[in-house]
Amino acid sequence: MDWNVLWDGLPDHTLDGLTRGAIYALVALGYTLVYGVMRLINFAHSEVFMVGTFAVLGVYAALGATVGMGWPAVVGITLVALAAAVAASASTALAVERIAYRPLRRKNAPPLIFLITAIGCSLTLLEIFGFVLYEFFGSPFGRGVVSIDPIFPSRNLVETDLINITNVELLVMVSALVMMVGLDWFVNRSRIGRGIRAVAQSPDNAALMGINQERVIMLVFVVGGAMAGVAALLWTIRYDVTKFDVGFIIGIKAFTAAVLGGIGNLRGALLGGLLLGVIEVYFSVLVDSSWVDVTAFVVLVLVLMFRPTGLLGESLGKARA
Amino acid sequence: MNQIAAMTDKLRNRFADAPPWVRWIGVAAVLGFAVYLPLLDIPGLNVIRTDYGGSGSDWPSVLFLVLIYMIVAVGLNIVVGLAGLLDLGYVGFYALGAYSVALFGSPASPVTVWIAEKFGLETGWAVPFALCIPIAIMLTIVSGVILGAPTLRLRGDYLAIVTMGFGEIIRITARNAESVTGGAAGVINVPKPPGPEIDGRDFFNTVDAERWYWLVLAVLLLAIVVARRLEHSRVGRAWMAIREDEEAAVIMGVAAFKFKIWAFAMGAALGGVAGLLYASKYTFVTPQTFVLNLSFLFVAMVVIGGAGNIWGALLGAFLITYLPERFRAFEDWRPFAFGVALVVIMVLRPQGLLPSRKKALEYKARQIEAEGIKA
Repeated sequence: MDWNVLWDGLPDHTLDGLTRGAIYALVALGYTLVYGVMRLINFAHSEVFMVGTFAVLGVYAALGATVGMGWPAVVGITLVALAAAVAASASTALAVERIAYRPLRRKNAPPLIFLITAIGCSLTLLEIFGFVLYEFFGSPFGRGVVSIDPIFPSRNLVETDLINITNVELLVMVSALVMMVGLDWFVNRSRIGRGIRAVAQSPDNAALMGINQERVIMLVFVVGGAMAGVAALLWTIRYDVTKFDVGFIIGIKAFTAAVLGGIGNLRGALLGGLLLGVIEVYFSVLVDSSWVDVTAFVVLVLVLMFRPTGLLGESLGKARA
Repeated sequence: MNQIAAMTDKLRNRFADAPPWVRWIGVAAVLGFAVYLPLLDIPGLNVIRTDYGGSGSDWPSVLFLVLIYMIVAVGLNIVVGLAGLLDLGYVGFYALGAYSVALFGSPASPVTVWIAEKFGLETGWAVPFALCIPIAIMLTIVSGVILGAPTLRLRGDYLAIVTMGFGEIIRITARNAESVTGGAAGVINVPKPPGPEIDGRDFFNTVDAERWYWLVLAVLLLAIVVARRLEHSRVGRAWMAIREDEEAAVIMGVAAFKFKIWAFAMGAALGGVAGLLYASKYTFVTPQTFVLNLSFLFVAMVVIGGAGNIWGALLGAFLITYLPERFRAFEDWRPFAFGVALVVIMVLRPQGLLPSRKKALEYKARQIEAEGIKA
């Protein structure tokens, strides 16, 4: 435990933690939305994120992105990558819903079975990217770490003794915040959002009021998937790597973030994500980075022991103030 | 698939209706076949051997692994099938069992070296194998209670994530705490059960896997008997009541929390015993053996087979361990096939391949209810 190292770099570590946490928060939204509406942990959501990172990779390769392009090209390619990642992640999430969850809902199966099919989906997607596609196309698929060209040049915007802020960190945080605020508005203020909240509160009554429950569920998966897609793009910009099982640890952490803030609560996901990111960075500075993945679990257990509803409480239905 | 199900149902009914002596003969025949299995040499039946045609994995070793996983499945069936608690960190108990025999029983482990130094014992001192068994069981039970005490009050799906975290923490600790567990390199010289020497080799050695198989078969039978007795006791009925409706069970005076801890402890102990036997046969443990996927595999065994039915869990363990070994040619495709199979089987037959009668009826009722809502 070397507290001095932490104190000396506190602003930098905090910033690092917040950028990390912003990505966790975006992924956490997917868990929270689905949980709020269906009372179900979508185990395959981590792979939804992973598919997004590979979509970014695909766009970069297809458009011939290289390091050191001019700004217009960078912005253009990034926007295309964003669209591709969102589309890929959202359609993966939707496919999981169609294949693994809908038939079980029809059969009124108990929750345990949903979890098992979700694990099955998760494994299938992992293997598709880690092995099956590798058999047909070779790398970048396969079990190794794939590095992604950092086409987005990192520059210091603010450079003082106290803190360095790079444009990448700023981009990650601002876009995460914008997505969050947008989603919050969508769920709490729009007509469709009212439908989502109604189903979350009481599926039967919502159905009586003329809300198509199946459509709301589909929508929730698509929106959650899209958020994971945005997170995937931000992740590739910030960390420049992906891997077939990149989603696993991020998924766990995002889920922890969702529980920490109160699962089913959109603002809770943001709070939980940022908090977890910061805790994690502090912890890895203080102790040792090889233990960092344990932090999330320990935080999760502590939260569940002392405040199982999370920091902000856990209802999507009552999310509106 | 439904026709196969109907056939097995018919078979089961006939077996249940048969006079006791017929059933005893049936059990004895199955047992006899199980004992003979590693030596299997009947033309025609030989095809099921994994080393059929001279290549492939060693058949008795595969059978050994099947039985180890069957013990795991019996233990996990108590937790998942009977008490209805989804434990995704079961590999943690399995690892604990393996590590406790390795750390206390191996003269090469940091723990025994430390104890020997501390108390001035001769070098090469280690806890005898027979004593390692109660140590392993104790440790896993204690860890089961420690894990269960804070988490078992949670809703089911939270429990799944927390237990998953537990499994990972055990693995990461085993990897990182080098001064205690030997780190990524693990521990070698895990002790074996004692026995007379035959042909100049120890009775239990790394070559003659069928002896290990018979040993584990005995342990498995014991585990099945214990699990069956538990299932039909007051404890078992309490577990099932909690699984079906916890609130109703509590109102009826079932001390839900206590029984859930019990289920966790019993399951943990069986997982620990399985891990102990595994480590003992392979004579070394490393953290890489106990990856999280193994936990999913364990749960899949129980659920594919039919949660709540011990025979279903055994069937699941057999299928999931045996099929990949028999079809080693497609080795790389196995995880993919496994994932797809998990989805397909569960979507088509959520009650599992061989559900208990009660469960089968329940699923029928659920389906009718769901159709009623639609109509």
